Amino acid sequence: MPMIEIKDVSKAYGAFQVLRHCTTSVDKGEVVVVCGPSGSGKSTLIKTVNGLEPFQTGNIIVDGVSLADKATDLPKLRARVGMVFQNFELFPHLSIVDNLCLAQQKVLGRDRPAAEAKAHALLARVGLPEQADKFPGQLSGGQQQRVAIARALAMDPIAMLFDEPTSALDPEMVSEVLDVMVALAKEGMTMMVVTHEMGFARKVADRVIFMDKGEIVEDAKKADFFGNTRNPRAQAFLSKILQH
Amino acid sequence: MEDRKRRGHPMKYNWNWGVFWEASPEGTGTYGELLIAGLGWTIVTALCAWILALAIGTTVGVMRTLPSKWANILAACWVELFRNIPILVQLFVWFYVVPELLPKAWGTAIKQMPNAAFVTAVVGLGFATSARVAEQVRAGIQSLPAGQAMAASALGLTLPQAYRHVLLPRAFRVVLPPLTSEFLNLIKNTSVGLTIGLLELTARARSMQEYSAQVFEAFTAATLLYLLLNVVVVSAVRALERRVAIPGQVGT
Amino acid sequence: MGGFDFDVIQRSLPYLFYEGMAFTLQLTLIATLGGVALGTVLALMRLSGQGALAGFANAYTTLFRSLPLVLVIFWCYFLLPYIGAWLTGADRPIKVGAFNSTVITFTLFEAAFFAEIMRAGIQSIPRGQAAAGYALGLTYSQVMGRIVLPQAFRNMLPVLLTQTIVLFQDTSLVYVISLTDFLGAASKIAQRDGRLVEMYVFAALVYFVISFALSQLVRTLQARFAVKR
Repeated sequence: MPMIEIKDVSKAYGAFQVLRHCTTSVDKGEVVVVCGPSGSGKSTLIKTVNGLEPFQTGNIIVDGVSLADKATDLPKLRARVGMVFQNFELFPHLSIVDNLCLAQQKVLGRDRPAAEAKAHALLARVGLPEQADKFPGQLSGGQQQRVAIARALAMDPIAMLFDEPTSALDPEMVSEVLDVMVALAKEGMTMMVVTHEMGFARKVADRVIFMDKGEIVEDAKKADFFGNTRNPRAQAFLSKILQH
Repeated sequence: MEDRKRRGHPMKYNWNWGVFWEASPEGTGTYGELLIAGLGWTIVTALCAWILALAIGTTVGVMRTLPSKWANILAACWVELFRNIPILVQLFVWFYVVPELLPKAWGTAIKQMPNAAFVTAVVGLGFATSARVAEQVRAGIQSLPAGQAMAASALGLTLPQAYRHVLLPRAFRVVLPPLTSEFLNLIKNTSVGLTIGLLELTARARSMQEYSAQVFEAFTAATLLYLLLNVVVVSAVRALERRVAIPGQVGT
Repeated sequence: MGGFDFDVIQRSLPYLFYEGMAFTLQLTLIATLGGVALGTVLALMRLSGQGALAGFANAYTTLFRSLPLVLVIFWCYFLLPYIGAWLTGADRPIKVGAFNSTVITFTLFEAAFFAEIMRAGIQSIPRGQAAAGYALGLTYSQVMGRIVLPQAFRNMLPVLLTQTIVLFQDTSLVYVISLTDFLGAASKIAQRDGRLVEMYVFAALVYFVISFALSQLVRTLQARFAVKR
C-alpha cells in the first residue's frame, strides 16, 4: 500500500481550474520530485496532501487516512506529515528551540525536557547546534530553512512535504539546505518535493512528476524522465531549466 | 468676599493658586486632594474598562478573522453597533434604559448599587472601546503573512492553538502602538462619565470651580494632570515595547 | 413605566429635528470646515521646518489631543468671555453666546485632529511634485495651493470624512453645558415627560443610522478612489 495516494483530484477557484484529475502515489521510502512552470499547480497539489488546500473532487489517502472524509481529524493527520515552506515560516516571536518545541508539547503532549532534547538533537543533525537560543530574525535564510526542516522532523513524521524549499534562498545558501534533504532521502524518509533543483532530482529522486496547467503531464522513473521524456511540454521545460 | 472683589473689577480675574490647599466644602480635605481623588477615579475607571475592552475586543477581532461566515457577521455587527453611537448616548442607554429592560428585581438592584455610576461607566466605556480594539486586533492578525497560519496548521496545531501561540502573540506586537492610542482615548473618554455622576478628574475640577469660583486654577490643574497621565502611559508603553521586542526584527 | 410609548417620540419629532438636529448638523458642518482650514494651516506650520512655527503647531496638536473634549468645552465656556473682552477692549467679560462658543470650541479642538490628517496627506505626496512646481517658477503658496494641497485633500478625503463622523458624534457632548443639540433636545423631553427609555433609545437609533450611513458612504468612496489611483 502506498504511503500517499492521490486519486483523480480536481480543484477550482471559481472558473479557474487549478488541478485537473491528478492521480499519482508515493510509496514508503520513495522520493518524488514535482516540477513544472510557475502556476502549474504543483504547490497547490502538495498542499492538498496534508489538507492545507481543500479539493473538490477525488480523494487523497495518507497512510490509510482519507482526506475527503469530513470526519478526518486534520490536525492529527498534519502532525504526522512534515511540511517545509518556501518562506520558511518560522515563528519570529519564538526562539529557535521554542519553534521546535511548540508543536511537540502542544500537539504530541511531550514534556519540556523531552521536547528540548529532541530539538537539540535535530539542530545538531541539520548542522546548527549553537543556534538554539537565537531568534529566527537573527539567522540567515539557509539557516532558517534548516531549522524549519528540523522543526518538521521533531514531530517524527511518516513523510515530508517540501514546497519549493530553496527558491527563496540566495544562491550560495541553496546547497546547505539541499545537503540536509539529500541526507534525509538517503536515510529512507518518504519525501514529496516541489523543486526546480534538477541536480537534487538526479541525485536522490526515485520518480519525477511534471505538471503543467494543473495536470500531471508526466510521471516517470528518474532514468526515464531525464533519459527520454516523451512529452513535448516537459521537454521544453527541461531544456529551459538545464541550459543554466 | 473673593466674589465681591471680582464684581468690583470685572476684568481682573483674581488668581489664587493657594486655593488647592484650602479646605473644600465637601469636608473631605483640600481642593488639591479633591482633584487627586478625581484622578484616581479616572485611572481606575479607565483600567477596568480597558480590561473589559481588551477581553471583548480580542474575542470579536478574532471572530472577524475566522473562516466562519456567522462569526464574521456577528463580529461585524458588534463593531458597527458600538462604533456608530456617541459614547455619551451609549452611557445614557446603559444608565437609564438597560435597568428598565431587565427583570424588575435586577433593575432595582442595579439602580440601588452604591457605585452605579462607576459600574455603568466601566461597562459603557468598555463595550464602546471593545469595538475599536476589535478592529485593531483584526488588522493585526490580517497583517501577518498567510504562511504563518498555514505553518501552524501544518505542524498539527488546532485553530485555537494557532491563535493562542502563533497569531495573537505576533498580532499584539504589531498593534501595540494603535492600542496605546485607544487606551489614551479611553482615559479621555472617562470624563464623559461625569454626565452620569462619576466623580472623575474633570467632574472634580468642575465642582471645584463651582464651590471656589477659581475656575482657571481648577481647569489648569486638571489639564496638567491629564498631560502627566499621558506622559506616564506613553513611557510605560515604550518600556513594554522594548521588553516584548523580538530579537532580530527591525521595526516591530 | 408602562409599555414603549411611540407617541412621545412622534409628538416631539419637530422639536427634536428642527431644533436639536439642526443645531447638531450646523455645528458639525461649521466646525468641520473651520477645523480643516485651521488644521491645514497647522499642518503647514508643522512641516515648514521653521523652529518656532513648527514648535507651536506641535505643542497645539499635542495639547488638544491629550485633553478630554469635555474639559476643553468647559475651558472655552469659561475662558472665551475673558478673551473676548480682551480682544474688544471691553471692561467686563463679554457674552459670546452658546452657539458661537461651541463653534469656536469644536473648531479649535478638531483642528488638532485634522492637522494630523493633513500632515499625513501632505507627506504622502512625493517630494518630486513640489520640486517640479518650483522648477516651473511657482512660489511656495502656488506650489502648496495648486499642486500639493489639492492632491493631499484628495488622498485624505476618506479619512477627513471619517473624522467628520467622529465630530458629528462628539457634538453630543455639548450636553454638559446644557445646549439643545439633538441629544440635548431628546434629554429635555425625556426629563419633562418622564420617558427616558423611549427618548434615549430613539436618540441612539438616530445617531446610529446617520453615522452608519455616512461610514458606508466613506467606504464606497474609498473603494472608488483606490481603483482610480
